[in-house]
Amino acid sequence: MGMTAIEKILAKNSGMDVVKPGDLVVVKVGTAVLYDNNFAPSIWRDILKVHNPENIVVVFDHRVPAKDIISATAQQTGRNFVKKFDIQRFHDVGAKQGISHVLVADYGYALPGSVLVCGDSHTCSAGVFNCAARGTGAPDMFYAVTKGETWFRVGETIRYDFQGLLPPAVSMKDVFLHIADTYGSHANLNVEFGGTALPELSINARRTMTTMCAELSAEFATFEPDQVMLDYVRERNPTSFEEQYPDEDAIYLDRRTINLDEIEPLVALPDTVLKNSQKVGEVIGTQINQAFIGSCANGTLDDFAIAAEILDGNKVSADVRLIITPGTQNIYLEALRRGYIETLIEAGAVVTNATCGACGGGHLGILASGETCITASTRNFKGRMGDPDSKVFMGSPATVAASAIKGKIADPRDFLN
Amino acid sequence: MEFTGKTWKFGDNINTDLILPGRAQLFTEAEQLRCVFEANRPGWVDEVAKGDVLIGGYNFGMGSSRPAARSLRNTGLACMVAESINGLFYRNCVNWGFLALECEGIFKAFKEGDQATVSFVDFTVKNRRTEEILQGRLVPDVLLTTMKAGGVLPLLETEGLIGSAK
Ligand code: SF4
Repeated sequence: MGMTAIEKILAKNSGMDVVKPGDLVVVKVGTAVLYDNNFAPSIWRDILKVHNPENIVVVFDHRVPAKDIISATAQQTGRNFVKKFDIQRFHDVGAKQGISHVLVADYGYALPGSVLVCGDSHTCSAGVFNCAARGTGAPDMFYAVTKGETWFRVGETIRYDFQGLLPPAVSMKDVFLHIADTYGSHANLNVEFGGTALPELSINARRTMTTMCAELSAEFATFEPDQVMLDYVRERNPTSFEEQYPDEDAIYLDRRTINLDEIEPLVALPDTVLKNSQKVGEVIGTQINQAFIGSCANGTLDDFAIAAEILDGNKVSADVRLIITPGTQNIYLEALRRGYIETLIEAGAVVTNATCGACGGGHLGILASGETCITASTRNFKGRMGDPDSKVFMGSPATVAASAIKGKIADPRDFLN
Repeated sequence: MEFTGKTWKFGDNINTDLILPGRAQLFTEAEQLRCVFEANRPGWVDEVAKGDVLIGGYNFGMGSSRPAARSLRNTGLACMVAESINGLFYRNCVNWGFLALECEGIFKAFKEGDQATVSFVDFTVKNRRTEEILQGRLVPDVLLTTMKAGGVLPLLETEGLIGSAK
């Protein structure tokens, strides 16, 4: 019986020949990523032994630099942990600072065919590297760090094949919103991506998709390996790995083809992305107070390139705060070198340091009661970005940039030649 | 292990930001408890009583990895039963020691306030008012043991891998 890519990865890392839906597997953990929330006083428990310090990555991302005494205390605890076990892969406030999932990509921490866990729900991001990457809870992380293993319930897999080319001003965020709108929740299911469009899709674009799969409630989101991805990882990490291709006779719950040519800019209405999007034309004119481009899904160079292109020579509406938060300091620096940051600031955007920031409603751009935001981040739950009575619409970075100029939700295609 | 308690109903896709809002993420456990469902059901934390049972719809607990299951456990709820439970939230139920059961048909079978008897031996749920009995999904032994033991932290503590709670 054939296996999907994720079933093969789980089989390989659990020492089984075959893994199938319904199984409960215990797998060895290749990489365990701890982040600042794990060290928060209400969560942290002193770790007395670690399984293997080389498998651990420590990142501070949700509230950096520390925004209050509790986050400062958490980071202090994290630094002590790093010292105690001599953790080498440490991303403190500074040059290597960034959002964990983006750093995992940029530093090649997620090896194809391996298992990666992190106590943050958007860990599925690293599935772009053909990695069994799963967000877990904090106790899971204590378990993985001390014992070097974890468990998964194996679900069925849905396969998506991408065909064609994305039209101008349309991005993978729109493709994601299309999938979420058309098919709704993928709870307890895995998703696998592939198709003839792959060579045209950048790693950043693909990673927007895997990251957003947390919003589908998917278990694992895995791309089929291709040369672009394999080269990307090898350039960043010399460790050998065994990527896993789905078997030709793999069994999928469903196979769906997505024609990229047919996707239009979409906007998700507040509170959920599941079956809740409209074509941008339907919501054009909705007044906004804030616009945000950032997060682990859309804080990449690609995203700032398109935002800068749209904002070049334009001004952010006087009624709107446009907040731009790069995914890592490295991305920030490169965006600066390429002139994107200058363009964005001249247009009236506020560019912050790399952090989760406004995405998680933690700091750097919180919404007041009654305010409306359009965001290119990951999540538009009620109250996500501030007061429970604020509203969060979601679109692509291009749609957010266009909306910031107009002061109301706008179509990015009107701003590109 | 069997519980009988008064039921509270919550719908489909109840997310972790509702159970434990972002603003409370760095709060103490006691402070976090005060914020449970503050956006969608303000005041509920004062109404729910020890031993009550939460009934949920599909994909209960979707969203983030935050310790929302711990907060629900801290409300005094005996357990929860939902049509389906989000994978990440389910892990957190196991690992924070909050008894959780998936059971198809549960949402329709109960009116809020009905008494439910939930068995973690044969994984059935009985509505005391209608006498209807539903069969839930089996919880694998190893996960059930962890849930009942209060999650993985006590286990790791016993094994000398982590320090005791302060
Ligand atoms: S950027 Fe947003 S979604 Fe991503 S890890 Fe940070 S808070 Fe979570």
